[in-house]
Amino acid sequence: MKFIRAITILCLAIFTSCSTDSDEITPVNEVADLVKIQTMENDTHLVELYSIDGQLEQGYNKVSLRIKNKIGQKFVSDATLEWKPIMHMEATQHSCPVSEVTKKPGTESLYEGFIVFQMAENQTEYWTLTLNYAINGVDYTLTETINVPASTRRKVTVFTGTDDVKYILALIDPSEPKVATNDMSVGVFKMENMMTFPIVNSYKVKIDPRMPSMGNHSSPNNVDLTQSSADKFYHGKLNLTMTGYWKINLQLENALGEVIKGEPVGDTNEASSIFLELEF
Amino acid sequence: MKKIIYTAISLLLMNSMLHAQEKYSDTTEVVSIKEIILIGSHPQVHQKEPKPLGSIDEYLETSAKINMIKRGAYAWEPMLNGMTTERTVITIDGMRIFGACTDKMDPITSYVEISNLSEATISSGQQGAENGATIGGSIDLKRRKTGFNETGWKVGANTGGESNGEQKIVGAEVQYADNSFYFNTDFMYRDAENYKAGGNREVLYSQFTKYNFSAITGFKLSETQSVEGSFIYDEANDVGYPALPMDVSLARAIIGSVKYEHHQLSETIEHWETKLYFNTITHQMDDSKRPVVPIRMDMPGWSDTYGFYSKVNMSLDKHKLTANLNSFYNKSLAEMTMFPNDPNENDMFMLTWPDVRTLYTGLYLEDVIALTAHYSLQLTGSLGRHYNKVASTFGLQSLQIFYPEMTESKQRYLKSLSSQVLLNKKNMEYTLGMGYGERAPSVSEGYGFYLFNSFDGFDYIGNPNMSNEKSVEMNASIGFENKKWNAKLTGSYFHIMDYIIGKPDFSLSPMTIGANGVKVYEQLEYASLFNSDISIGYSLHKNWNWNGKLVFSYGRDNNNINLPLVQPLSYQTSLQFRKALFSIETELQGATKQQDFSPEFGENETAAYAIVNLSASQTLFLNRQKMTVKLGAENIFDTYYSTFSDWNNIPRRGRNLFVNLSYVIQ
Repeated sequence: MKFIRAITILCLAIFTSCSTDSDEITPVNEVADLVKIQTMENDTHLVELYSIDGQLEQGYNKVSLRIKNKIGQKFVSDATLEWKPIMHMEATQHSCPVSEVTKKPGTESLYEGFIVFQMAENQTEYWTLTLNYAINGVDYTLTETINVPASTRRKVTVFTGTDDVKYILALIDPSEPKVATNDMSVGVFKMENMMTFPIVNSYKVKIDPRMPSMGNHSSPNNVDLTQSSADKFYHGKLNLTMTGYWKINLQLENALGEVIKGEPVGDTNEASSIFLELEF
Repeated sequence: MKKIIYTAISLLLMNSMLHAQEKYSDTTEVVSIKEIILIGSHPQVHQKEPKPLGSIDEYLETSAKINMIKRGAYAWEPMLNGMTTERTVITIDGMRIFGACTDKMDPITSYVEISNLSEATISSGQQGAENGATIGGSIDLKRRKTGFNETGWKVGANTGGESNGEQKIVGAEVQYADNSFYFNTDFMYRDAENYKAGGNREVLYSQFTKYNFSAITGFKLSETQSVEGSFIYDEANDVGYPALPMDVSLARAIIGSVKYEHHQLSETIEHWETKLYFNTITHQMDDSKRPVVPIRMDMPGWSDTYGFYSKVNMSLDKHKLTANLNSFYNKSLAEMTMFPNDPNENDMFMLTWPDVRTLYTGLYLEDVIALTAHYSLQLTGSLGRHYNKVASTFGLQSLQIFYPEMTESKQRYLKSLSSQVLLNKKNMEYTLGMGYGERAPSVSEGYGFYLFNSFDGFDYIGNPNMSNEKSVEMNASIGFENKKWNAKLTGSYFHIMDYIIGKPDFSLSPMTIGANGVKVYEQLEYASLFNSDISIGYSLHKNWNWNGKLVFSYGRDNNNINLPLVQPLSYQTSLQFRKALFSIETELQGATKQQDFSPEFGENETAAYAIVNLSASQTLFLNRQKMTVKLGAENIFDTYYSTFSDWNNIPRRGRNLFVNLSYVIQ
């Protein structure tokens, strides 16, 4: 499956490049909108990691990368790859929710995907990123330490539901919140084991945005988050009536409509036990 | 009470009628029935009398048609026919000006000084539609100017003091006039501390400081043509609003205009004038003087208006025609920034008026027809185009949280029609009128975003989808006048359809800490308002005069529920003695218990009250110098009271002694 997709992308890439060769001489800078995080290397390749701001952070991260052949200094356009971040804790190791790594549509050499770091590094515990990739049937690998500092506001929450399953819920959008109706999306994953974190399907994420500094008031007309069949994330509408610090109180409902974590906010309950934060 | 004093003073002072007068003709020339409150001198009495030092609020309140909503010692909001400023048009010399405060702490009347003004023309209902679409009517504040005459130089100074509130007043004026040029300038400074209510109870945050500079100048271009320029700079600082949770650190208005006038263009065209004007208002709310607030905040607001009008008066047989083409463009923007108690958190910012642009263009036509020697008919009509646009994307997106389908602009047409019959016979005068008018929602009603109303404790959200508010009105009056007696009974009834009012939506969460909830503007099927007043005057003797006034109002919505801010039965009576340059007056003023109040608006029963005022004045002449001394006592018995229109029931002033001095050299 992965192979077929890679082939298709490859064909597309070749096709596109052939067709553009004739009329376009200057190469397109495919990383123009991105900032480099770091360059990893092994004996044969350099791998450049990119993100929108050149940093990784606790929470959801969209990461792009490209592979450069050390010989010839050419970017590789026909790799198949996967990544595995590992948290090296004092007593144990674990991974985190990740996507597949796929060729970015419309580019020749850029691959992208997401990683959800559910915890940040600290003085004794750190993350590494391992890339396993294959080019023309030859396998390569590469591992380096990456920096994942804590986010200033909570962008990911880890909790155990009433069903005794450990969940990870990460904020994807709004990445740039506005005083407006914002499209909100989160990813919901469950921890199958220390290394596997599949997406949770058919749940519902109820939201209640509040401003604790301003009487804990809410905003009207929010739409709870439901799963999209397209990207498997949970999408809804988040209304923010002013700038400042907002606490997005959450309740997670399973496919049966049972709340498995989180409490409604009211006069007697200031906040839910699970929440995300935004500040702008 | 202040108003009373000044009223009293002026009464005394000027040997003129200064209570609300109605100016209408008794013989051939027919004038529409408009109420005109003269301020300062009556032109026929002393030539160019120095003006008294009262506030304009106090003067306006002497009209039976006007009530003032009081949020502090300063800048009261006028209500005309029981209707607040959304439903009325208030102009200065025909210029549209819009306050920059989302809490209506800066009505237009606060940006002028009494010393700048000669009169306030009060037009009830659709007769006030000349300067723009209205429901309740209009108040036009007319500036004072010398005009083209040979009075030459005149220099004057005023000073005054009051015991209650320690108000200090200092003013100066310089004017010059000849046949082809005139120039008037005027400066007034006021500074007051907290006033004390009856029983010596201090009302905190009722201080204010303000100054006002005004200039007006005219040139004659020819015998029939002239040009006039005018300018007002008004600034108030440290204005306390005891009825509100915030004060004002700055309220500033810059108002300017240029006018071209042409008399006697032809046999029929008697007068044509065109004015271009602009004004810019800055208003800064501030809570830094309040020791305890749930959260610190800044609430600045700005309102800029550019406009013109061009007005022609014509005379054709039995017709007196007026046409007025006018237009304005207003930009209203207000912000709110709240500073979290945790300094590491970002400030909370919102636009409470989302940079709303209003463009209005209207044509007003009036015809006064002398049907017979006694009967006349007045017809008016107007059509206006009203266009609103939310210029700020930030603001538009904020409102779209409530109204996802909302677009940035909205256009509407506002129509008005009225007719009035006037019969003048012997000592009697009768009028009967009908009218229809429409208005657009105000900026707050259409586009306000979490505007806190401290009276009912609700945050208000505007509603951009409302239709025009429409009013059908009827009015009638009977007047009688002879040498000793004058009496007048007037009544007006307004049936207002799609009446705009805020209604609670308990599904919404209030933003303001401690607020009771959120109200969203919506439209009632209809509401009814009725106002009537009777006034009587009697000359007891050549030196003695007695006046009495009784006002009754009624306001209900379509479910027969009381509307807010409806005046209870109120009365006023005064007795004056005048002889030569001395005068003395005593006045009794009061109201019955306010039983028909609106709990939904936060009102409660306001107790009945009565207060007594006393004042006296003496004018002295010395060659070309003139000095007037005014002394008085308001609320002599130090009654603790508040009226139906005192915001949050803040008490009015207790006993107050005042002295005003004015000195003129001519």
